[in-house]
Amino acid sequence: MTTPEKHGVDEFTGTSTTGHEWDGIRELDTPLPRWWLYIFYATIVVAAVYWVLMPAWPMLNSYTPGILGFSDRANVAAELQTLQAARKPSFDRLTAASYDEIVADPQLAEFARAAGETTFADNCATCHGAGGAGAPGYPSLADDVWLWGGTLGDIEHTLRVGIRSTHDDTRLSIMPAYGRDGLMSTRDIGDVTEYVLTLSTARDREKPVPAAAARGAAIYQQQCVSCHGATGAGDRAFGAPSLTDDVWLYGGSRAEVRRQIELGRGGVMPAWETRLDPAVIRALSVYVYGLGGGEKEPVAIIEPAPAAPAIP
Amino acid sequence: MTTRQTASDVGYAPLAIGLILILGLALTIWGAARTTDGPFAIQMYTAMAAFLVGLFALVRAYILPNGEAVRTRYEDGVVKAGVIASTFWGIAGLLVGVIIALQLSFPALFYFEDFGWTNFGRLRPLHTSAVIFAFGGNVLIATSFYVVQRTCRARLAGGPWAWFVFWGYQLFILLAGTGYLLGITAGREYAEPPWYTDLWLTLVWVVYLLVFLGTIWKREEKHIYVANWFYLAFIVTIAMLHIINNLALPVSFANYFSYSAFSGVQDALTQWWYGHNAVGFFLTAGFLAIMYYFIPKQADRPVYSYRLSIIHFWALIFLYIWAGPHHLHYTALPMWAQTLGATFSIMLWMPSWGGMINGLMTLSGAWDKLRTDPVLRMLVVSVAFYGMSTFEGPVMSIRAVNSLSHYTDWTIGHVHSGALGWVGFVSFGALYCLTPWLWKRERLYSNALVEWHFWIATLGIVLYITSMWVAGVMQGLMWRAYNELGFLEYSFVESVEAMHPYYIIRALGGLLYLIGALLMAYNLWRTARGDAPAAVAIRPNAAPAAVAAE
Repeated sequence: MTTPEKHGVDEFTGTSTTGHEWDGIRELDTPLPRWWLYIFYATIVVAAVYWVLMPAWPMLNSYTPGILGFSDRANVAAELQTLQAARKPSFDRLTAASYDEIVADPQLAEFARAAGETTFADNCATCHGAGGAGAPGYPSLADDVWLWGGTLGDIEHTLRVGIRSTHDDTRLSIMPAYGRDGLMSTRDIGDVTEYVLTLSTARDREKPVPAAAARGAAIYQQQCVSCHGATGAGDRAFGAPSLTDDVWLYGGSRAEVRRQIELGRGGVMPAWETRLDPAVIRALSVYVYGLGGGEKEPVAIIEPAPAAPAIP
Repeated sequence: MTTRQTASDVGYAPLAIGLILILGLALTIWGAARTTDGPFAIQMYTAMAAFLVGLFALVRAYILPNGEAVRTRYEDGVVKAGVIASTFWGIAGLLVGVIIALQLSFPALFYFEDFGWTNFGRLRPLHTSAVIFAFGGNVLIATSFYVVQRTCRARLAGGPWAWFVFWGYQLFILLAGTGYLLGITAGREYAEPPWYTDLWLTLVWVVYLLVFLGTIWKREEKHIYVANWFYLAFIVTIAMLHIINNLALPVSFANYFSYSAFSGVQDALTQWWYGHNAVGFFLTAGFLAIMYYFIPKQADRPVYSYRLSIIHFWALIFLYIWAGPHHLHYTALPMWAQTLGATFSIMLWMPSWGGMINGLMTLSGAWDKLRTDPVLRMLVVSVAFYGMSTFEGPVMSIRAVNSLSHYTDWTIGHVHSGALGWVGFVSFGALYCLTPWLWKRERLYSNALVEWHFWIATLGIVLYITSMWVAGVMQGLMWRAYNELGFLEYSFVESVEAMHPYYIIRALGGLLYLIGALLMAYNLWRTARGDAPAAVAIRPNAAPAAVAAE
């Protein structure tokens, strides 16, 4: 570049070459494109201005803070505060209102559903499915079959304390594992299975064997009746499902019913009281209630939700 | 061009290589005997077998009489091996990419419960390492060995050490890849190999540096050609990045697991300092070196601007090394480091484009060749993709943009416009050039097949990057959408569901790209075999002839 003499000029461009050649490759001595150079300078200027405005260069014990006083931490805190302040009046009304009041106030009901929907999608849908459709082992919340009750109060209580959770007041029921723990003989389990199928509307599909079902009836009266009831209607006090319908937590085929009698499976739902705000739990209850099968029972929801997380 | 091989050319190299292999054999036997970990034992047996094969090859080559050894002007055998290895690993890596794209599109269909090693979590690093390190690395080693000899007018230094680099690197790939499938990982993105594989690569890489430097040292050209500056920057910087990012303490010398020397946000920053400069020095500097040799060679035109090559080279390597923190915007990384990462990325825009200008403008006086020479077109389009993704990169490093793009598929689209468009195409172009040159063929077997490759692969890239742009922007917008009541509009799973059609388009794009690479492999194989050329001259200076129009 510094050599003044021309090394030979490229014919097409009229630019002189540098005079070097490697394996037939030559180089033109074209100057830097101006637009390239000026944009390069401009990006350096932009960077320098940015360093003046924002936190940028590390020092020994601190850093240059920038003249704008910008802080991500402060920004996030402020944005959260704004959002929470905007939601607060509605949440306050939601916490104070009874279910009848919520239903009567479309604006409040809409707010509760919106808050509940977001919370449900990010916390509950993992097990209960989008829209609460349920999955094997995880009950559907979109039908009108409830294990622990479907009033707003029941749902709220279940949400607060969980099922078989670590909460002191958790909803708790344990079905014995008749097969695994050797509480019933294999033959007896088969007989009870047939009897349970006769109780259920699944009988048309599974066609239980009458003789076995008759033997099973006697065993049912000894072993199962205390929770599931004489007619198989179930008992919500124990979370014992009804056996008369054709809705099953672990499947309704003969083999699946039998397997449940053998293993006595029961799922775990966390206690949300320690994870979610009381107002959010209230909104979640309203949302779940509205998914399809909420039951009316005004008495259960008159109790005002406590301001502090206290256990009812 | 050929001279007789003398003992002094080889010196003590075979002995030293033999000692390395014997030491490796002893260590792997010890490791296999001592370990309680099944996968680690399999890794040791794999390496043991490789060292044994290496020893046999060494004995055959240097101890058993094998007739009159002749030596060519240049060491091209190792370059030929590199061309074959590049093609093989390229197809393997792209195939795994298509498989994992299908796993994302149809998770239930491509989930094999009984074959845990086929899970996405194991195949994903297999894909990234196979395309970056196995394919890209072999292309870089092969082209660097070819280019440095030609532009220095010197035979590769170190005799058999070049072969040690080649086979040592394949062993690194084998250990890393089978390790991922066995569930062995260091848990660092693009640096997943465990500590012993890292150590082996360090040894191979240092030898690579010495072979390269030694060749430059004994050059018969006064000046060092620009391609060699870029190769050297790539080799030196990758050595530094690899060693520092992988500093770790193994829990036992008979176990794969190790703890990183760094923790917390320092660990994250070290990892992304490495990660971004793997892009900067492995996937950029190294492939710019390829561009600087193969484009002027294939176009038969002088490089556009010597001054630009100097300025953009030094600006590029000075600025790149600072840009890593832009991977950690809005994290626990201190704000000042984020600022530096973003601003240095913005300043990097023009230095990157300097390479693009030099590549594209070298065509001045030869633009007409784009019509007739699909190999040159592939090389030039790769430079255009390079320009595009090096503009997109600085834009994405701006914090406001990054708040939308980060963690979304936009990043995947950005990476692949660089990987498929730039790195892939420039590599394919180089392989198309090298094969007839190395195997002494007049031209490629079929230029029409190159045309097909070019258009199928280009269509694949377009499908890939556009679908990922749309998917990424959509994800970003869905994640930040609030309804009028102040709640998030969508749950995460809804954004996953919305990706489905775009994931299918992406898989289709990847499949097209793979088909293109298969066409290339067939074409290269027929060329190397010496089958009759089908259509048109591919060597520079050869008279252009008619070619099947696209």
